[in-house]
Amino acid sequence: MAMEQALLRRTINWRGFLRRYGIVFSFLFLCLALSLLSERFLTWTNVLNILRQSSINGIVAVGMTMVILTRGIDLSVGAVLALSSVVTADLLQGGLPVPLAMLVGLALGAALGSSSGLLVSRLRIPPFIATLGLMTVSRGLALTYTQGMPITALPASFNFLGAGSLGPIPMPIVLAAVIFLAGHFLLTRTNLGQYIYALGDNPVAARLSGISTRTVTFFVYALTGFLAALAGMILAGRLDSAQPTAGYGYEFDAIAAVVVGGTSLAGGEGNLFGTLVGALLIGVLNNGLNLLNVPSLWEQVVKGVVIALALLLYRAGKSR
Amino acid sequence: MKRIVVLVVSLILVGVLITSCAPATPTAKTFTMGLVLSTLNNPFFVTLRDGAQAEATKEGVTLIVMDSQNDSAKEASNIEDLISRKVDAILVNPTDSDAVVPSITKANTANIPVFTIDRGANGGTIVSHIASDNVAGGKMAGEFLGNILGKKGNVVELEGIAGTSAARDRGKGFNDVMSASFPDIKIVAKQTADFDRAKGLSVFENILTAQPDINGVFAHNDEMILGAIQAAEAAGRTGIIFVGFDAVDDALKAVKDGKLAATVMQQPDQMGILGVQTAVKSLNGQTVEKSIPVALKVINKDNVP
Repeated sequence: MAMEQALLRRTINWRGFLRRYGIVFSFLFLCLALSLLSERFLTWTNVLNILRQSSINGIVAVGMTMVILTRGIDLSVGAVLALSSVVTADLLQGGLPVPLAMLVGLALGAALGSSSGLLVSRLRIPPFIATLGLMTVSRGLALTYTQGMPITALPASFNFLGAGSLGPIPMPIVLAAVIFLAGHFLLTRTNLGQYIYALGDNPVAARLSGISTRTVTFFVYALTGFLAALAGMILAGRLDSAQPTAGYGYEFDAIAAVVVGGTSLAGGEGNLFGTLVGALLIGVLNNGLNLLNVPSLWEQVVKGVVIALALLLYRAGKSR
Repeated sequence: MKRIVVLVVSLILVGVLITSCAPATPTAKTFTMGLVLSTLNNPFFVTLRDGAQAEATKEGVTLIVMDSQNDSAKEASNIEDLISRKVDAILVNPTDSDAVVPSITKANTANIPVFTIDRGANGGTIVSHIASDNVAGGKMAGEFLGNILGKKGNVVELEGIAGTSAARDRGKGFNDVMSASFPDIKIVAKQTADFDRAKGLSVFENILTAQPDINGVFAHNDEMILGAIQAAEAAGRTGIIFVGFDAVDDALKAVKDGKLAATVMQQPDQMGILGVQTAVKSLNGQTVEKSIPVALKVINKDNVP
């Protein structure tokens, strides 16, 4: 009897373990497969490549995780990234000091995010529609502002954000790590974090228990806009060029990272650790497809199938 | 008697009709044409207009140039305007391949022949489409790269968005010339970077890791090649020959700085010239090809503008 109970407890633990870390296994399995297929995969340079390439999507996905936790969605991140980076680059070329130009760019990102925050929290416009509108307007403004031309040749101290490194670690990775840690702290150790989960779990209960749901909603969109602007600066620094067409489709990469990472689109459930693994999984996948020289016409098929399989393994752990 | 008169008069009438319908002698006829451009707020289209204007003057054609300011509604009223002025032909560079279709149909109903330049139309009856020959451009890029590498080495191809005509044609031209003229050059990697600079950077970072020995890169557009150059610089890999496509401003600057070996340039003035020439030929009753390819030009450090 005691043994049976022990056995039962063990299976339950195993189930819980798989439920929490299933996506990690999918991720490790993919890495193992790729390291067998290409001897270049597990080299220091390549690991840095993957981390650096995942960092921009990762930073955007931190904001996206919080929005999705409140049952929302933000489709405007790619366009906000583009608009704030071209404005920053233009100010830099106009001779504004780097910290000031960056401050303006980040404030612009936060302001754009705030506008969808207001639309969602005050005017009760569905997030999908509000952020779709902001996406179109921001993209249009970025194209009009630059007349469709990229802004190239930026100050070296600005490019340091994207192209520099802190010791052996490239700056984008350092910044992404800081953002993930700060976001994790916010979600797990602060009242605001608790409110975000409570709001997504049950908005009515959250409001009745005295949480200012409007403020929380406003905050998550503003933060997402801010992070998109930061990601845009890293990207511009990496390219030495700000592009009005930058960030096309980044919203889907970010949403994919969040959802693959186990955050529920129904809100209230998920964490940034999952998002980190989700972003890395997408990064590894893109990297692996290039290393193995998969024909471009097949790339999307392979990508879709691998993501579906990764989720399947995770769901299997969840429902069994 | 009455019958004979009727017969004679009818014969005369028929004769007049036949002669008036017969191809007009070139000396007797001067044409008026409309050229509707998507925008004149872009050097590319200004050059196109200048080419068309010069050719029109040469051929004695009256050319009415109209600017749609990238607005399909403005374009529609421009074309309506030309129809009511009863021009002999309309040359249109559409703002949008779909939005232009109703206007073309209107011109078709008014029996005014329509020619499209640079961007095509997805409907209506078009006599000819005049546009850059991307296959030839891909070939020129391949020839340039192959010769500069001394006909040997390892080459990477960065492809455009899969399924677009530009990616397909430029890739076809490049691969055709590589397999035909440069058997000792190996294409070691062939990956899409979606015509995007950021993707060009990250995809080429990955390829640099996978391929320790790369001598040359061809990208289906300049954005991707500029990203690849950034990746090679960051990784400290030197001695790679980069060739792009489109001759955008950043690329021309990179050619001047010696970072980019060459880029393939479209020739908008030729588009304008060929547009007017084709329309004149067609109005004079000659048959013209459905698709008129415009030659491209390789820009390197010797001829960079």
